[in-house]
Amino acid sequence: MSILEILLETVSADPSKLGAAIGAGLAAIGAGIGIGNIGKSALESIARQPESTGDIRANMIVAAALVEGAVFFAIVLCLLILFV
Amino acid sequence: MMPENKGLSIYRKIQFLILLAVFTLFSPTFSFANEEENVKTQEISAAHPETSEATAHESHAEGHAAYNPGKMILDHVKDAHDWHILDYNGHAVSVPLPVILYDNGFHFFMSSAFEHGHATVESKGNYYKLFEGHIYNTDASGAVSVDAKGKATNTAPTDFSITKNVFALLLGAFIIVLIFFTVAKSYKTRGKSAPKGLQSIVEPLIIFLRDDVIKPSIGKHYGKFLPLLLTIFFFIFINNLMGLIPIFPFGANLTGNIAVTMILALVVFFVVNFSGNKHYWKHIFMPDVPVGLWVLLIPIEIIGVILKPFVLMLRLFANITAGHIIILGFFSLIFIFGEKNIVAGYGSAIFSVIFTLFMSVLELLVAFLQAYVFTLLASLYIGSATEEHHHAEEHHAGAKNAH
Repeated sequence: MSILEILLETVSADPSKLGAAIGAGLAAIGAGIGIGNIGKSALESIARQPESTGDIRANMIVAAALVEGAVFFAIVLCLLILFV
Repeated sequence: MMPENKGLSIYRKIQFLILLAVFTLFSPTFSFANEEENVKTQEISAAHPETSEATAHESHAEGHAAYNPGKMILDHVKDAHDWHILDYNGHAVSVPLPVILYDNGFHFFMSSAFEHGHATVESKGNYYKLFEGHIYNTDASGAVSVDAKGKATNTAPTDFSITKNVFALLLGAFIIVLIFFTVAKSYKTRGKSAPKGLQSIVEPLIIFLRDDVIKPSIGKHYGKFLPLLLTIFFFIFINNLMGLIPIFPFGANLTGNIAVTMILALVVFFVVNFSGNKHYWKHIFMPDVPVGLWVLLIPIEIIGVILKPFVLMLRLFANITAGHIIILGFFSLIFIFGEKNIVAGYGSAIFSVIFTLFMSVLELLVAFLQAYVFTLLASLYIGSATEEHHHAEEHHAGAKNAH
């Protein structure tokens, strides 16, 4: 049997749970990459111009919250799959 | 910095009371919006890790079965008709809350009558049964018919009960009113001298919000929206903090209830769209791009009008609920290990408590941050809806100069 068949056999009871789990994991990866990029740019900008730390910090938090909003949308979908 | 008027005018008080009433009156009808999970029902005797000395009553014994962490976590994150505190020797110790039903007439009784879902309650000739957290109409035998997915198919009365979340909402509102009337009174009596006591914690927060969040976003007319945005911030912040305290009257997951965050987002939606001026609507329906792009951009803008408050709702709900689930999950580890081997349970308790402390500190940060982000985004949306039209003159001036 191929590897895919073996995998699918192990989740044959409820394959939607596999989809939900993978989706949540991908959403976490997306959050990590997105917010990591925001943090990277913010740190570089602060290093270049320390006196604008306050402005940069506020905008970084806004951007992080917006990115997290998209991630939580994916997570809530996965929760809906698992529990509804 | 100090308000010059002598306390709140009568109109302010009426506005404040109306806002408070809207927040509290709408939430009972929505307080059960959270969906039930679909776990195979097992009798649980999960012990809640924290204990308290609150007045409680014991119910009949439930069988001692394996610990089901998923059900315990979801039960504590969702709304409930009684306040479950701990399980002692298989008995569930909980504080009963009033049940108020409307089913061709009002029915009042305490939720202890339900005996944690085992008893059928008779009231004015109607029979009710508590099944998976919802109340359903039933007959004298207490039959609840369940469809293939485990959801009950009986009819249900309109549920206006004081549930855990409603109680937490009222308590939070009372605490907020207490704090702010005290601070307002101390400003009135102390005049322009240095702040003391509660003022010292409230004043920097309000100044920070007004000067760094609201005034830059909204501009000249920020005064009109300042009370609403400050109320939203303190409502979310104080209820987030209350949800983190594990002792009896606190610890209800209020801001993690999607109905509550939906009402907050609806308030922002109505305020933004009713205070939107001509330029706001022009930007949505006739944006400043070449006409060929309108077929693409106008649907995006219209979706954006709905989507932005929707994401506000989702962000707050998911952040707070996820935090509570993580903390409850760490505590569940203790009991999962304890089922295998009691020594492993005690041993893992040390690590669980340390990790839970760390997560709780993070949750404190998240509590403030989510309130700040909600207020910031709300003020940004209001600002974009009420801003004066500056750049069009520059466009026209630039176009004229180019020609």
